[in-house]
Amino acid sequence: MPVITYRDALNQALAEEMERDDSVFLMGEEVAEYDGAYKVSKGLLEQFGERRIVDSPISELGFAGLGVGAAMVGLRPVIEFMTFNFSILALDQVINAAAKMYYMTGGQIPVPIVFRGPTGAALQLSAQHSQACETWYVHSPGIKLVTPGTPADAKGLLKASIRDNDPVAFMEGELLYNLKGEVPDPDDGDFVIPLGVADVKREGSDVTIVTHGKMVNEALRAAATLEKDGIEAEIVDLRTLRPLDVEAILRSVHKTNRAVYLEEGWPYVGIGSQIVSIIQEEAFDYLDAPVVRVTQADVPMPYAKNLEKIAKPDAARVVEACNRVLYRN
Amino acid sequence: MAQTSQAMDKALERFSREKLHAFMREMLLYRRFEEKAEEAYAIGKIGGFCHLHIGQEAVALGMIGPLRDDDYVITAYRDHTQALAKGMKPGPVMAELYGRDGGASRGKGGSMHIFGAKERFMGGHGIVGGQVPLAAGFGWAIRYREEDQVCVCFLGDAAVNQGAFHEALNMSAVWKLPVIYVVENNEYGMGTAFSRVSALPVVERGKGYGIPAHAVNGQDILETWAFMEDLVEEVRGGAGPQYVDARTYRFKGHSMSDPVSGTYRSKEEVREKTEGADPIRLLRERLFEAELMDQDELEALDREVREIVDEAAEFADASPFPDAAELYTHVYSEINEHGRLFFDGRDR
Repeated sequence: MPVITYRDALNQALAEEMERDDSVFLMGEEVAEYDGAYKVSKGLLEQFGERRIVDSPISELGFAGLGVGAAMVGLRPVIEFMTFNFSILALDQVINAAAKMYYMTGGQIPVPIVFRGPTGAALQLSAQHSQACETWYVHSPGIKLVTPGTPADAKGLLKASIRDNDPVAFMEGELLYNLKGEVPDPDDGDFVIPLGVADVKREGSDVTIVTHGKMVNEALRAAATLEKDGIEAEIVDLRTLRPLDVEAILRSVHKTNRAVYLEEGWPYVGIGSQIVSIIQEEAFDYLDAPVVRVTQADVPMPYAKNLEKIAKPDAARVVEACNRVLYRN
Repeated sequence: MAQTSQAMDKALERFSREKLHAFMREMLLYRRFEEKAEEAYAIGKIGGFCHLHIGQEAVALGMIGPLRDDDYVITAYRDHTQALAKGMKPGPVMAELYGRDGGASRGKGGSMHIFGAKERFMGGHGIVGGQVPLAAGFGWAIRYREEDQVCVCFLGDAAVNQGAFHEALNMSAVWKLPVIYVVENNEYGMGTAFSRVSALPVVERGKGYGIPAHAVNGQDILETWAFMEDLVEEVRGGAGPQYVDARTYRFKGHSMSDPVSGTYRSKEEVREKTEGADPIRLLRERLFEAELMDQDELEALDREVREIVDEAAEFADASPFPDAAELYTHVYSEINEHGRLFFDGRDR
């Protein structure tokens, strides 16, 4: 199987879907002539022309809304936010327009749109450029949220997101774009991963680490450390947060009886809050220990390298959390 | 005086007698529809916010009437008469105000969210200025598909102070989108006079984007219709976005919970406008003077539209409330085969 980067996997997905369906177009800041701020759309302008690969002004609210309007009348826009940090400017159009339109119209007008770009922290970009935006989006009914952590998931899930008939927020990671992994050859057929299916990235019987997005890779590092200690961690990568594969979480907790949630965002009303709520409500009798969350420190992201390091969740803290739920301190 | 009536005659000349009668009938329909809504609100059949369009009928009719069926219209939350003007039936619009299953949006939108996808009436939007980028999106789609529809986007005067408006206008100009932005300039954003919170008059506000700006007397149906008929053809022919300051006046309060004059405008001002700038009265006087309509004909039209409005209210009354199961429909248009979409326990 070919090994390609997460960036190229996204690029392939965009190209294939645009090839397949003329109603798909990409709009955002720097997506055309500059090839994308993170080069995700490299070469697409040349391939599809400026009708379909469109540089927008720096007007997040405006071009997000334009995309919603275009989707309301049957196009399938892919709106790129240079990062989801900037999408906070566009949230009125995402939450008040895209997410509620189908409902407010009594089912007359669906909004098949994808909002995509990186979420979470990179390196030393400080407070305004380093935040996980999942909660802003997933909180609202009407939105679907996809967070791929590997190149294959990035490709298969982006294709599914573009084909989905509802608004999908598709959150990538700045630090993932260079990540390499196996992705099925395009010549071997259409590679689409349905939304709502979690993936067990590592099997284990002692403790479950539930996570999503970029943090999957941190969980894998933690599991490698734990393995040296004789602990087998199971990693459940949710892949999509809405729809959420609850069965996969419960299945793993039934097996290990212990769970840790790992996420990049803040703790208060974070994704982990929801997951913990589901586990305690639906698998209470299976638990041998309280579920523990590993999150970013509950502060804006600092710039200083040493402070940033301790603010971010990492493999060491995941190991610590696993030991805690295993009562191994 | 002689000069004025000559000018009036000239404006009338553009339209056939039937057309002029149709103008009167339509505006009467809008007026009676809103009066019926006001009545229904008073006795609790309509709840929530309800913003009446009384006094602004010539803007709705004149700006929408000249459009084709496949052209798009979008507006803010004062949306009942625009919906009628774009061809929606009064029954489902009234039923939507009543929150009934037979409502245009199945009772899920209410007064502020009337939609008619089939009629290309695209709502009904509750966040001031939020509909403006959506209109640019319709324009974008028209150009993308190389079609020749136009989109008319209504907004209130207060919306021109929103960022969404400016971002959308800039993009419309850059991409020459076939969108006509019509500011229903009724002088007040809720209870704040436009001039108190705005550095420049409404008509100046689109000019920074190189979009042609026009001002029309929104109380004069002959002027708004004739103006729009010409403008729509220009835009259809590729003239790009346009900006219209349609000067009008809201005869009622901002919403049903707001008194007619209130603390922010005087009774005298409201009286002067309702008496001197009523679009229906202005048309009536001109048609009577030109002997194109008489009192009997007017009353017959009024009887006809009152009957339509009564039927709309009967339709709404007879329509059931939405079934409880409808709470969960239309949240997503595609229920994915895998995974949970609702988190309140309903799909477990």
